[in-house]
Amino acid sequence: MLDKVLLSDASLQEIDNELDKYPKDRRQSALLAALRIAQEEHNWLSDELIEYVAEVIGVPPVRAFEVATFYSMYDLKPVGRHKINVCTNISCMLRGCDQIVNYLQNKLGIGFGETTADGKFTLKEVECLAACAGAPMMQIGRDYYENLSPEKIDTILQALP
Amino acid sequence: MEIEFNTVRKAYNVCLPDSSRDQPWTLKSYQANGGYQALEKILREKTPASEIIEALKASNLRGRGGAGFPVGVKWSFMPRDADGQKYVICNSDEGEPGTCKDRDILRLNPHALIEGMTIGGYVMGATVGYNYMRGEFWQPYEVMERAMKEARQAGYLGHNLLDSGFDFNLYSHLGAGAYICGEETALLNSLEGLKGEPRFKPPFPATFGLYGKPTTINNTESFASVPAILRGNGKWMNSQWFKDLGVENSGGVKVFSVTGHVKLPGNYEIKMGTPFSELLKMAGGVWKGRKLKAVIPGGSSVPVMPAINIMKANMDYDSLQQNGSAVGAGSVIIMDETTDMVKVLERISCFYFEESCGQCTPCREGTGWLYRIIRRINNGHGTMADLDTLLDVANRIEGRTICALGDAAAWPVQSFLKHFGHEFEAKVMAMDGLYAASAGRAGAAANPANATADSA
Repeated sequence: MLDKVLLSDASLQEIDNELDKYPKDRRQSALLAALRIAQEEHNWLSDELIEYVAEVIGVPPVRAFEVATFYSMYDLKPVGRHKINVCTNISCMLRGCDQIVNYLQNKLGIGFGETTADGKFTLKEVECLAACAGAPMMQIGRDYYENLSPEKIDTILQALP
Repeated sequence: MEIEFNTVRKAYNVCLPDSSRDQPWTLKSYQANGGYQALEKILREKTPASEIIEALKASNLRGRGGAGFPVGVKWSFMPRDADGQKYVICNSDEGEPGTCKDRDILRLNPHALIEGMTIGGYVMGATVGYNYMRGEFWQPYEVMERAMKEARQAGYLGHNLLDSGFDFNLYSHLGAGAYICGEETALLNSLEGLKGEPRFKPPFPATFGLYGKPTTINNTESFASVPAILRGNGKWMNSQWFKDLGVENSGGVKVFSVTGHVKLPGNYEIKMGTPFSELLKMAGGVWKGRKLKAVIPGGSSVPVMPAINIMKANMDYDSLQQNGSAVGAGSVIIMDETTDMVKVLERISCFYFEESCGQCTPCREGTGWLYRIIRRINNGHGTMADLDTLLDVANRIEGRTICALGDAAAWPVQSFLKHFGHEFEAKVMAMDGLYAASAGRAGAAANPANATADSA
């Protein structure tokens, strides 16, 4: 049925595991997870990949495009190896996220939504990530980093491959 | 796995474990502290669902996600004996700015949530549950997956729990980045693999929820409170114990996330009705020895309170309401005397503009309009007429949208203008003065043609 295979067996297996969570006739419930898994394998979601995911799940492509464009965690263009998501919402703002943002932008030489020339980092401004007691904070990949200072940022970024 | 514990400043061992407990996220630790006793007893004795519902009603536990609806009453709406699949769903889409309590419950006390949801399934006749966590919650997701595995192996989840004949399967579902999915019907759509757009109500989820089946959705903290309430501090089903911890209309203990300009930001699980001044003291007071200016007591959606109002209020539903705000999600954002209130409101309005799902015109257009005007005022290009427009737009969003996000965008604007309008006026007048001083440009700021230059 699929004339081209865009996902690894491991990713397809992971999608199957997600499908097991929902009733058999409700495959679309796994769409969010399937797009996430596809993005993790390919770094970003191309149109071709979104259509492929729709086919795997068994929904019309438009359903997958709707979801991919609605939620903020999907990347519809290539991003760096490490996506740095900095919270700038109130609690972080009150505790000096401006300084953190400035420091990151100067250190990396990029603004929000941009990627470093070596393709290592992408910087993103995000809304509240529910770690306000550790403000200012950011998320890189899956991990949260809290109570940030310029020195702490140096250490964190240096440790990333 | 090591999990940082330092955000829990005060625990009552209802939803948050205290720091004396070693690895509280493990089954062993949870059981050593009374965990799963309630579920075991219910399954063994086949406790009638109505008794559990009555106990919850008597406990005065109100929904901890923001609306404060009594949990026992909500559970009673489910047609438990009706044929067909029914669902219980946990809303762990914590995203209200200033709120960070559910993340700690998920990471530190996952079994309390599992036990609470399983009891919920039993009471409401639902054999399947979903825990909807926001997409960014990787660590909580992993902790939950591991805890659910432990629970399955111990017979607390899965098929024929402890030989009772009752089945309950629980699954984690991750979102993908959208504040609106914290709204319960948007959450249902998201669970179905759709855009997170809220649905019209009625029909309510109790009759037409996930996949059109009867569904009950509660917040993480609400579910996690249930086991301790039923254990009743050593006396089975003594939910009066929980009620008496709090005050009239606000039962029990609740987690407040205290953040912003405070010495010891963190989560405080305290008795409902505790004076705000005491909570502030627990949190070490305002940082840097400064004075308190304002507090948003329940997350960015609830009205802001000037220091003088909040200092005489207690942390419970009635008192905060009488003093002009709400408990909301219990997210207490502290602002010191140096805070620029226009800048704070600009950030809040930016948030709602960003997060509006775009379904209803008043919200989709109005949130952007609000944000652009406030940004203009903050940048020094506002006019006095802008202040009227601001209030006018806010008033016309409120109550005219499918879900409460529209109201949530309007309330901060109304309350900031009410209590701190002079700061907005000062920013406008500072520019008026400048313009007036430069020859030939008097009144330029009041000229709509100029004013809109910044409104793109």
